[in-house]
Amino acid sequence: MTADPEQLVDHLFRRHSAKIVATLTRVFGSRHLDLAEDVVQDALVKALQQWPFKGIPENPAAWLTLVAKNRALDLLRRDASLASKAAELESALPHLASPSLPSGAEMDDQLALILMCCHPALPIEYQIALTLKTACGFSTAEIARAFLTPQPTIAQRLVRAKRQIRDHNIVIDPPSADDLPARIDSVLRVIYLVFNEGYSATSGDDLVRTDLCEEAMRLGLLLVDQSPLQLPAAHALLALMMLQAARLPARTLDDGSLAVLSEQNRDLWDRKLIAQGMRHFGASASGNTVTTYHLQAEIAAEHTTAASEAETDWPKLVELYDELYKLEPTPIVLLNRAIAISRAQGPHAGLSALEAIDAHQSLRNYHLLPAVAAELWKQAGDRRRAAESYERALECPCSGPERAFLEAQLQRLQ
Amino acid sequence: MPNYLLLLYSEPDAFNETSPAEMQAIIQKYRDWRMRLQSAGVIVGGEKLQDGSGRVMRRTGGETSVLDGPYTESKEIIGGFFEIQAENYDRAVATANDCPHLEYGTIEIREVEMIVTKQG
Repeated sequence: MTADPEQLVDHLFRRHSAKIVATLTRVFGSRHLDLAEDVVQDALVKALQQWPFKGIPENPAAWLTLVAKNRALDLLRRDASLASKAAELESALPHLASPSLPSGAEMDDQLALILMCCHPALPIEYQIALTLKTACGFSTAEIARAFLTPQPTIAQRLVRAKRQIRDHNIVIDPPSADDLPARIDSVLRVIYLVFNEGYSATSGDDLVRTDLCEEAMRLGLLLVDQSPLQLPAAHALLALMMLQAARLPARTLDDGSLAVLSEQNRDLWDRKLIAQGMRHFGASASGNTVTTYHLQAEIAAEHTTAASEAETDWPKLVELYDELYKLEPTPIVLLNRAIAISRAQGPHAGLSALEAIDAHQSLRNYHLLPAVAAELWKQAGDRRRAAESYERALECPCSGPERAFLEAQLQRLQ
Repeated sequence: MPNYLLLLYSEPDAFNETSPAEMQAIIQKYRDWRMRLQSAGVIVGGEKLQDGSGRVMRRTGGETSVLDGPYTESKEIIGGFFEIQAENYDRAVATANDCPHLEYGTIEIREVEMIVTKQG
């Protein structure tokens, strides 16, 4: 028994298992993705059964790698079609041993795996599920919880994604230089959606959702660190995610209720993450294309660098939302634009901007639309209409903390 | 003070669907429990028994049968054991009571018999 075993590094199992899966999949080929995942799951279960009695080994990552390797070699011996892979496996896995010193080859395997999971031939919801399962080490149950989707649905997406990988012969090898930009775009989209799912936190398991935000940022960093390309859009996405995530600690008050931007304690913002985000924002300016990530990052940067809500450059934000609407003509962008207009030009201007959105069917049950209207009516001094709007907002589905927030606002008016 | 064996039973495939993050959290719980016992000087030892292998021998009428076992699917088997010191069964039970294993399987406690040899 080890005298005083180390604590395990946070997320070691999830992340290290994803690394081993990446390398095994590269060696076995993408059609044997299931095999790679089974081998790694077996290694983790073995750790779970042994370490409680024997203690945590000195180098847990090396232990897991070795056990996975031996299990994989076992399987190779039984499968003639894979027997030739043994030597490659021997040379591929040893450098996975240290969690703190990732070697180049290992990162390349991970990047190749992510590119495979986000292949544009797969439907986007398959890409997301597969990336989270295979490249991030989440279980089917965890993905289902995070996306509020029944577990069998996620399981089915994973099965179908793997089948399509075989049917379309989607390989794990790095794409050609011509294909790479489109493939990277696809990865960015998956990262963006994963982050948003974690960040928006309308309901569901908070812990898993924080993990989603962290994973999205990790994948983004992996992309800019490893890709042979200059990736201004990836830097913009990283800036956006970091500037948003930096404000997460201030978004919830001690009692679990929501704090609106004007009430947020800016001292709680993560200054280190903001600085990091601003560095990526700087790096995002290197290209000559402005993506939706660029505009959203600039909006986030404006909010984060303003000394207070009142000192925010709201007219500039209105312009940015106008630009964003050209690239992404969605009612949500219009809603945020209406908020910016109300801050720049007063509540009545904001309310007329809101009216233009009312026609959008997709926002019919979206609580934020009447909630914003209520706030603007209140600012305009019309308590009756404000109360009516809060009541309408409460008729829409929303999370527990949001509901509590809306009810408290309504009570204050009565 | 007598020694007690804590025999930890569980189903061999109990964790096949457990996520990596959950497995790490479970390992951490066992570690914390064992560390508490270790710093209290209560724990004497512990071993993991090999999964998926074993033999059961029996002799009937001069015929010895050797069967694979006791490892069978979906039946609880001993995964390993800890040896602890305790004043009596009540104290041993109290020690095992906060072992995380109880969330996943059964613990059987047996006192190790001490053989007293008298001199002269």
